Amino acid sequence: METLMAFVVGTLFAISVYLILRRNLVRLILGIVLLSNAVNLLLFTMGRMTRAEAAFIEVGATVPSETIANPLSQALILTAIVIGFGLLAFTLVLVYRTNRDLNSVDSDVLREEEVDPDVYGTA
Amino acid sequence: MTTHLLLALLIVVPLAAAVIALLLRRAPAVQPWVNLVSMISMAGLSVALLVRVSSAGIQATTFGGWPMPFGITLVADHLSVIMLLISSIMGVVLAIYAMGDMDPKRVKFGFYPFMNLLMVGIAGAFLTGDLFNLYVWFEVLLIASFVLMALGNTRAQLTANIKYVSINLVSSLIFLAGIGFIYGLTGSLNMAEVASILGDMEGASGIITTVSMLFLIAFGIKAAIFPLFYWLPASYHTPPPTIMALFAGLLTKVGVYAMIRVFTLLFNVQDGYTQTILLWIAGLTMVTGVLGAAAQTDFRRILSFHIVSQIGYMIMGLALFTPLALIGSIYYVVHNILAKSNLFLISGVTRHLQGTFTLKKLKGLYAHYPGLSILFLLSAFALAGFPPLSGFWGKLILGIAGLQAQEYIIVGVAFAVGIMTMFSMTKIWMYSFLPGGGADDDQPADRPDTVPPLAGNVRLLYVPIALVAVLIVGISLFIGPVYEVGNQAATELMNADLYIDAVLGHEDSIAQPAPGADLDGSAGGVHTR
Repeated sequence: METLMAFVVGTLFAISVYLILRRNLVRLILGIVLLSNAVNLLLFTMGRMTRAEAAFIEVGATVPSETIANPLSQALILTAIVIGFGLLAFTLVLVYRTNRDLNSVDSDVLREEEVDPDVYGTA
Repeated sequence: MTTHLLLALLIVVPLAAAVIALLLRRAPAVQPWVNLVSMISMAGLSVALLVRVSSAGIQATTFGGWPMPFGITLVADHLSVIMLLISSIMGVVLAIYAMGDMDPKRVKFGFYPFMNLLMVGIAGAFLTGDLFNLYVWFEVLLIASFVLMALGNTRAQLTANIKYVSINLVSSLIFLAGIGFIYGLTGSLNMAEVASILGDMEGASGIITTVSMLFLIAFGIKAAIFPLFYWLPASYHTPPPTIMALFAGLLTKVGVYAMIRVFTLLFNVQDGYTQTILLWIAGLTMVTGVLGAAAQTDFRRILSFHIVSQIGYMIMGLALFTPLALIGSIYYVVHNILAKSNLFLISGVTRHLQGTFTLKKLKGLYAHYPGLSILFLLSAFALAGFPPLSGFWGKLILGIAGLQAQEYIIVGVAFAVGIMTMFSMTKIWMYSFLPGGGADDDQPADRPDTVPPLAGNVRLLYVPIALVAVLIVGISLFIGPVYEVGNQAATELMNADLYIDAVLGHEDSIAQPAPGADLDGSAGGVHTR
C-alpha cells in the first residue's frame, strides 16, 4: 500500500510542479492546491497505513480495546487542510482582484507592471 | 510569574491586542495606542524571560497538563529569547513609526490587528518546541504578512503580492513535506525528542541529510538565500515604509532562526555535505545581493537587495558551525534587524519629505535635514561595517571564526562584500543627501531649493529612528554584555543535549523507542504516541 501511495504522491508532485511552472495564474493556483493535497497524502502515508478501528476509547477504559489507526497523522492533515483552505481562499481573491485591475492572469504581465513610481499610498 | 504564564503571555498579549484592535474598528484613533501597549508589554515580557533563561537555563513547558513529549510544547532558550526581544523592540519602534506614517485608509482596513497577528506568529515560531507547531506559526505570520503586503490594493502591491504569496505557499508545503518525512522517520514531532532519536540513528544518515535539504530549501525561501531569493527584491519595496521595515527586519530573520534551529538541533551541519553547501550558499548570497543592489536606483530596492546580501553573513556563521561563528551569526541577526529596519524607516522619511524614493529625484537632504542625514550615515556605516559600529563587530567575529576554521575564501568574500555595501550606501548618500543630488543629464534639477517644513507627523517619525540609532550605538559600544549573551546562546546551540534534557527531563522518562524507527515499512498498528 505504501509503495502505491509513494507513486500517487510522486505523480501528484510532478503534475503540480508542471502546473506551477505555467504562466497562467489560475494554473498556478491549481498547482498549489494539488501540491498541498500531495503533501497531505504524504503525511498520511508517513503515519503508516493500517486497516484498523478509529481511535476511540470506550467509556471507563484507559486504552483502546482493539488496534486503532494512527490518529496523529489524521490530526496533522486536518490542520493542514484547514490552513491550506484559508490560504487558498486568500490567493483566489488576490488573483481575482489582480485580474480585475490588470485584465490578465498572465504572469508575464505582472513583470511588466513591476516598474513602479513612488506611489504606495492612495489615502 | 511562572514560566508557564510568561511563555503563554508572549503569544496571548499580541493575540488579545489583535482582537481588541479589530473590535475597535470604528475607533481608529485608539488602535495605535492598543498596538503600542501590546508591543511594549511584549518587550517587557521578553526582558523578563531573558532574565529567567539567563539565571535558570532553558525553560520549557507543555500546555493542557500533558506529560512532556505529548503536549504542545513551548521552549525558550537564549536564541529564541534574543530573537523575541529584538523583534518586540522593533515592534515598539514600528508602533511609534506607524502613528506618523500609516495612512487612514490602511488603518481602517486593519493594519494594527494584522501587525499584532504577525507578532503572534513570530513569537510562536520563536517559542515553539514542536515541528508541526512551527509550521502552524509560520502560516499565522504568513497570512498576516500577505494581508499587510496587499493592504492598500495598489497595482504594484497586488502584482508583488502574487509572487510573494505563491513562493511562500510552495515553501510552506515543502516544509510540511519535510515534517512528514521526519514524522515517518522518528514517529515524533517534538523537536527535542526528534533530535534525540535522530542522534541515535546511525545507519540512516543519507536519508536524514536528504530530509534536511527539504528544510534547507523551505527555510531558504523564507530567509531569501542565494538561488531562492528572487521574490524578495520583487516584492518588498511595494508596501508603505512601516510595513517594509517590519518585513525587512523580522520576516527573513524568522527563516534564519528556523534554519539555525533545525541545523543545530535536528541535523548535523558537519555531515560532509551540508557544511559545503551552506558555505557556498552563504558566499553566493552575499555576492549576488550586493551586486543586485549596485544596479538599482531606487532607495527601497537597494535596501531590499542588501537584505539578501546580509542574510549571507548569518548563514556563514551557521555554516562554519563553531561557537564563535554562531555568536557571530546571532550578533549579526540582531545588528541587521536594527540597521536594516532603520534604513527603511529613513527611506520612508525621505519619501515624506521629497515625495519620492527614486535616488535621481531626491536631492540635497543634508542641507535641510542634517539630523536625518546623521541618522542615515550612522545606520549605513553600521550596515557596511565601519568600526566601531555594530556591523564591524559582527563581521569581525565571523571573520575570526572563519580564519580559525581555515575557510579563507568565505572570509575574503565577506570582507569584500562589506566594502561593496559601502559603495551602495555611498551612492544613496551622494544622490539623495548631497547638494548636487541626482542632477542627471536627462533629469534637470528642477526641484526648488526651499523644501517645505516638516509636517507634524513627520517629526514623530524621527523618534523611532533615533531610538534605533541609540540601540545600534548601544550594541556597538557595549559589545561585551551582548557578546556574553550570544555566547550562552551559542553554547546551548552547540550542545543539543542541553535543549533535549531541558525539554524531556531525564533520558529515562522518554517512553519507548520511536515506533517509526523501523524503516522496513512493516510497522503497523498502534503508535505509542
